[in-house]
Amino acid sequence: MPQILVEALAKTYRIAERAPGLAGALRGLVRRQWRPVQALVDVSFSLEAGELLAFIGPNGAGKSTTVKILSGILRPTSGRVEVGGLIPYEDRIRHVARIGVVFGQRSQLWWDLPIVDGFDLLADIYRVEPVRYRRRRDELVAMLRLEPLLAQPVRQLSLGQRMRAEFAAALLHDPEILFLDEPTIGLDAPSKLAVRDFVRRLNREQGVTVLLTTHDMQDVEALAERVIVIGQGRLLADGPFASLRAGVLAERRLHIDFAEAAPAIEMAGVTVRARGERSLELAFDPAKIPAPKLIAAIATQHAVEDIHVDEVAIEEVIARFYELHDAHEA
Amino acid sequence: MLAARPYLAAFRARFQLMLQYRTAALAGFATQCWWGGIRIMVFAAFYGANEAAAPMSLRDAVTYVWLGQALLALLPWLADPEVSQAVRTGGVGYDRLRPLDAYGYWYARTLGWMLARALPRAALMLLGAGIVLPLVGLDAWAWQPPAGVTAALLFIVSLALMIALATAVLMLANVVVAASLNERGVNAVLAPLVIVFSGQLVPLNFFPQSVQPLLHLQPFAGLVDIPFRIYFANLAGSVALQSLALQAGWTLALIALGRIAMERVMRRLEMQGG
Repeated sequence: MPQILVEALAKTYRIAERAPGLAGALRGLVRRQWRPVQALVDVSFSLEAGELLAFIGPNGAGKSTTVKILSGILRPTSGRVEVGGLIPYEDRIRHVARIGVVFGQRSQLWWDLPIVDGFDLLADIYRVEPVRYRRRRDELVAMLRLEPLLAQPVRQLSLGQRMRAEFAAALLHDPEILFLDEPTIGLDAPSKLAVRDFVRRLNREQGVTVLLTTHDMQDVEALAERVIVIGQGRLLADGPFASLRAGVLAERRLHIDFAEAAPAIEMAGVTVRARGERSLELAFDPAKIPAPKLIAAIATQHAVEDIHVDEVAIEEVIARFYELHDAHEA
Repeated sequence: MLAARPYLAAFRARFQLMLQYRTAALAGFATQCWWGGIRIMVFAAFYGANEAAAPMSLRDAVTYVWLGQALLALLPWLADPEVSQAVRTGGVGYDRLRPLDAYGYWYARTLGWMLARALPRAALMLLGAGIVLPLVGLDAWAWQPPAGVTAALLFIVSLALMIALATAVLMLANVVVAASLNERGVNAVLAPLVIVFSGQLVPLNFFPQSVQPLLHLQPFAGLVDIPFRIYFANLAGSVALQSLALQAGWTLALIALGRIAMERVMRRLEMQGG
């Protein structure tokens, strides 16, 4: 029995609409026009305990809606959702006691309270037994290096500091599952690294199931063994990132610096992506021409100074994937 | 005890936080002194014209005014700003993630907010109108002690019920704010209703005889009129007990109504998103 089970999940919002201008506003007073918007259409997946899954997709794809349904904030229009054997929106109180949630754009700490007072309050709210609470709090404070910040009111923290505190706040009651909705949004590079490192440790060392949504492809590369791509409310792919990459864009890149003017290259399966005065960037399909063969062919004919091969950047893979599925922001 | 722990903690946190606002408390106190003075002058003028026609003595009326000014912050005429803010910013989502009874959680917080605002203002007013005024020889215009031990004890019960009732009214306002995503409308309607029908503006006995039975039965009477008249034994004996029962009955009824309304609004938020 998987820990999270989602079957044929659909969510339709009704949004009020009115014609532009004064006439439209007046008509809206008398009769409201509603337009249904399908945020999720027939989404199914399951997640075993201890897995780490990343949800990616363009803005408005339905990632946050999924997280909100799984955490019990929203009620789906149809479909079946079970988390740890409970239906989140039917059994809200028992369900939310077992999960932790961090919304990157919101705060669950009290703006005017020092961090540590906010933690105490959360321990009371979740009825965490005092001895257990202190042990857990100290553990999280050490992992997230929060010690010097504990006495500071939340409003005085930088975003990076606040996010670290938010993670601790979401985990004080020792949840089995952690939902993260864009946890690295707006963070600087060191803070992102700290967050990723923490999430990985939490997942590997403590076995917490993690489901995160993100736009940051480095989050995905650093964290997720499994990726679900969602676009316009539909599930487009579900699997390890490597297989997504292979399915979308097998091509690789060859960067060459020459000791002479960059030559023209004409070979089957090879295209020139960029040309400098003495450099070339080639795209090639390793199925048609393996890298060693290509390199050998070029190096024997031209004076080569430097050469390296790399893969297509993850951002490009995803962008191409969205294009293939026509899944750009609606 | 364990069951109440989250709610007590939510109450305590809000109470402590609100107590920090000393300037607001002082400003509120100054305003309430000013209005108290004006209201007493109006009463004095009225009594000077025809004292015999009045349903209570001038001395009681003066105490009624000071009590009202001291406890003004207990009147439920503004929805809890924290709820309005949570509704606007989407913080309601996080509230739904707490393993708590949603109504109880908001009730505890709103209660903490209200009491923390009322406490310093009441203490200052008691000091000013109850102690300083008699000391400077203005005893006739001062806040008098309760009519007796029984009246004092009954008043304490009635005050507690007044606070519970006021919070229940505020919770209804909070729920309307959550439903309409805006606090202005609620506050604009609620403030005049509460101020007139609680007896804060004029004791309900001063209204025409024909409407008095209704006025004394409606829920807002339990916010000012009942507790204050118990204070100076204008309501005593079995009538006082009946009035307490009325306060308690309305409190339970409004809590029940608030719970149902909140359930419905939360259900809608679950359908529609914040």
